[in-house]
Amino acid sequence: MSRRIGLEASFAAAEAARMADVDVIAAYPITPQTHVPERLAEMVADGELNAAYVPVESEHSAMSVCLGAAAVGARTFTATAGPGLEYMHNVLYVAPSMRLPVVMVVVNRALSAPLSIWGDHSDAMAVRDTGWIQVFCQNNQEAFDMTLWAFRVAEDPKVLFPVMVHFDGFHLSHVTEPVILPEQEEVDRFLPRFHYPFALDPDKPMTHGAFGAPDIYSEAKIAQEVAFRKSKKVIIKGLAEFADIFGRHYHPVEPYRTEGAKTLLLTMGSFSETAKIAIDRKKKRGESVGLINLRLWRPFPFQELRRELKKAETIIVFDRCSAFGGPGGAGCSEIRSALYGESEKPRVVSFIGGLGGRDMSVEDFEYVVDRGREIAAVGSEELFATGGIRGEVTAIRG
Amino acid sequence: MAEKRLRTGSDFTWRDMEVGNIVTEAGNAGLRRTGDWRSRRPITDKEKCNKCGLCWLYCPDAAVKLSEDGYYETDLFYCKGCGICAKVCPRAAITMVEEEEK
Repeated sequence: MSRRIGLEASFAAAEAARMADVDVIAAYPITPQTHVPERLAEMVADGELNAAYVPVESEHSAMSVCLGAAAVGARTFTATAGPGLEYMHNVLYVAPSMRLPVVMVVVNRALSAPLSIWGDHSDAMAVRDTGWIQVFCQNNQEAFDMTLWAFRVAEDPKVLFPVMVHFDGFHLSHVTEPVILPEQEEVDRFLPRFHYPFALDPDKPMTHGAFGAPDIYSEAKIAQEVAFRKSKKVIIKGLAEFADIFGRHYHPVEPYRTEGAKTLLLTMGSFSETAKIAIDRKKKRGESVGLINLRLWRPFPFQELRRELKKAETIIVFDRCSAFGGPGGAGCSEIRSALYGESEKPRVVSFIGGLGGRDMSVEDFEYVVDRGREIAAVGSEELFATGGIRGEVTAIRG
Repeated sequence: MAEKRLRTGSDFTWRDMEVGNIVTEAGNAGLRRTGDWRSRRPITDKEKCNKCGLCWLYCPDAAVKLSEDGYYETDLFYCKGCGICAKVCPRAAITMVEEEEK
């Protein structure tokens, strides 16, 4: 029997790591991620989880410990947020290029300055191209589900890439919601024991992380790129297996009431749930609108997105991150790239908002859709507009 | 396998890379000719050498080898020409010579 209990997303993710029976946890506490490692440290201390908890002195060290642990074949977990994620930035690249399947929860937090401990997606977007599989969660159940799923995909012999599970700081990390926890037997069925095929072993010496001179580095990176793109098949298969065992269905791109909709709003993370209510209200008034929740951020689901987006007239992409001097929000520029090759393509309007913990209400999202349609209708050259920010930005040109 | 890894000509493509660029066989650094990095080579004067072995001890690449007559010889396949042997030799028996003057 599964149990339905109240949990923060942080505790839900920690519970997923416990049920995955992780071997090594190396983490440094940083708001709003703190409750994830705190809870795991408690579990290890209380004997509920047989794992090595390594209390490192920095995020740079946390990720470095994770690399070593994964290289000997340990199921490895860590968690961080905002500036912590940036502090481990250069080590982040090493995990995917050495094909070390670390799982990391990122409790999304803004970057300074001004100093902010609250949520937005600046941290996630800054590590966009590090080569990690990345997914976003809409609620606490998903924080549990995606963390569990992350181990299944990362450790698949056809994948062997690390996975980041993103969920919004405070909006999810510190909010208690009902979460269904499965039976251990179900988890074990979904997630077999980890057998890393290249585990370091003194009896079978080999070299991990060798030097790559200019005559080999390019080939190494292209091999990584090809393997990473191929991992999408297993990502989707893993989601299907998850649905078979736990009954909850997830997809790289998740349409919500999009049938025949002329205008589509695209969001990521917890704001998708708020935006869905705005869509419901607009539908009730007879407006031709729908929502796309983008779950899989890397590898970017180009085909799935094109299928969902190309029939619409207007796509409004809401980014919780500034991409200073760039083509609108980071998510928006990807969407534009995905559609560029289409002969008939929708107009894509970029909105930036929800920065540094600023809440976006249902009314704010109704405004974003209304204003987005206006911008699309006049064919404005605006590169981005703002939602929920005092003093509207208009006519920003590159 | 090890020899294939060292072959980086036009027929070695990204498809030939091991997963995670792992080097699956140990000890293949020995196949790498590091001697072609060298701009200066050590020359030992056997008249001065008293076979103390400090050059052998200090060589960071283990490129100095004991020969049958008890003297020490530099393996130029590996020697990078760093000059540490010449620096530590207590009898100044080793001199570094520019490669183009050989």
